Amino acid sequence: ISTLVLGEHEGGSIKAQSLSAVVAAKLLGEDNSISMLLAGSGPSVQEAATHAASCHSSISQVIVADSDKFTYPVAEPWAKLVQLIQQKGGYSHIMATSGSFGKNILPRAAALLDVSPITDVIEISGPQLFVRPIYAGNALCTVRYTGSAPCMLTVRSTSFPVPLTSANSKSDAAPISQVDPSTFGEDMVCKSKYLNHTSQDSERPDLGNARIVVTGGRALKSAENFKMIEKLAEKLGAAVGATRAAVDAGFVPNELQVGQTGKIVAPELYMAFGVSGAIQHLAGMRDSKVIVAVNKDADAPIFQVADYGLVGDLFEVIPELLEKLPEKK
Amino acid sequence: MKIMVAIKRVVDYAVKIRVKSDKSGVETSNVKMSMNPFCEIGLEEALRIKESGLASEVIAVSMGPSQCVDTLRTGLAMGADRAIHVEASATLYPLSVAKLLKALVDVEKPGLLILGKQAIDDDCNQTGQMVAGLLNWPQGTFASKVVLDKEKEVATVEREVDGGLETLCLDLPAVITTDLRLNQPRYATLPNIMKAKSKVIKKFTPQELNVDIKSDLEVQGVIVSSVDELIDKLKNEAHVI
Repeated sequence: ISTLVLGEHEGGSIKAQSLSAVVAAKLLGEDNSISMLLAGSGPSVQEAATHAASCHSSISQVIVADSDKFTYPVAEPWAKLVQLIQQKGGYSHIMATSGSFGKNILPRAAALLDVSPITDVIEISGPQLFVRPIYAGNALCTVRYTGSAPCMLTVRSTSFPVPLTSANSKSDAAPISQVDPSTFGEDMVCKSKYLNHTSQDSERPDLGNARIVVTGGRALKSAENFKMIEKLAEKLGAAVGATRAAVDAGFVPNELQVGQTGKIVAPELYMAFGVSGAIQHLAGMRDSKVIVAVNKDADAPIFQVADYGLVGDLFEVIPELLEKLPEKK
Repeated sequence: MKIMVAIKRVVDYAVKIRVKSDKSGVETSNVKMSMNPFCEIGLEEALRIKESGLASEVIAVSMGPSQCVDTLRTGLAMGADRAIHVEASATLYPLSVAKLLKALVDVEKPGLLILGKQAIDDDCNQTGQMVAGLLNWPQGTFASKVVLDKEKEVATVEREVDGGLETLCLDLPAVITTDLRLNQPRYATLPNIMKAKSKVIKKFTPQELNVDIKSDLEVQGVIVSSVDELIDKLKNEAHVI
């Protein structure tokens, strides 16, 4: 077996989530030869390739497509690129992490290759046998891929954590090969144009990878009050999350939503304040190692998944926590 | 310009689902079924575009068993002009749905195809991307804002991505998949529900559309046909004996 992993990079290095796909690929079989495909333009993608070649011992090859067609991660040229590389390489598996990047590109590439992809795999039981959640994680479905190669899947990064030791532990770098730019021919004409990207720059860790996540629900009542959550997050060095209700009420931007249709997180510590615990929200956080819930309503469903529950008014609990928690080192 | 909207019938989001006793799937008989919430948002967006004068007709399409017609009626009651039902009893995976949609696009020639970003039953999040690939149309997935420019024939789509918002400009025709906050879908009013009863729902079969429903996925457990096969599976596949 051989696997092509679609890698995402930023600022000259591979995103941590993409390495989860490498961890998952390794579970397909010990003799799996893993190639990472990167696309971009200019020095940043070349830098990322150098990083990819030496950041994980399981990566045996790095393939780089360096062209101004790939300056931005647009689905059209990317899907064509995957098709092209697959036709050349004949991989048995193609994988990506199921973030907005992988979910946008991989199904499109799969359609071009006439393959049914498998979304959001959380367990690899065999080279063709996978477990994935359905109905917002209320049921698990075991799926076997019976079609011809390649088998294409996106994996949930929180289910395949990257062990800290495996990073930066490689002495000899994997070979890097460049895709001949002339292969991106006429048929790579792109009918979509990238205009811009806006994000809330923040000093806090990224929600998807944070060790601690502090989440607020509708009970916060206003954007002004939500600042308490942010303050607490700052003190703990945590990322901030929110429920759909809190996002819909305009307390915080969309990208902070945790749940079935938002981000899926599995931090070491998840603290939920004023969150009732709708199934759609639980779907996004129930794999967290330690769950703390603070809610006025003792019957709130969030307490059923919480390791530590505190029935109380968050407007009293948060200030007290802020006062009594030790300063972070 | 016509707008085509794909609609899926799913177990209502408020129903607490139960797995069948033989573990072969989720119980869907005698369970409240509704239009997938993301599809409602897709249909609402199409209706708003039509109401602003940028489109002439909204066509709702659905694939699956005969009960899909009920869901299409809901769509017609919300305001779709007409509907198409592709009747298929086999399990439809996104690849098959994408092929059927492509065939319908070839028949109807819409300028815009709108889908929900995912269905809340299988949570696949694939069909829109796949049909865009098959059609070789640009795609704007996870849209939270759509602005149409009829003169330049482009759609500007704001997308919800992991690190914030991304804006793409798509040449029409294009595929758009909707995210949760694109709009707030309307309720069907009683007069519109009555009116919807006389609207046309055209029927197709996959054969008529020349689409072969193949399935390269299989939901476990496996039914084996003989003891030999069972032993073989346990030995060589499951590695337990």
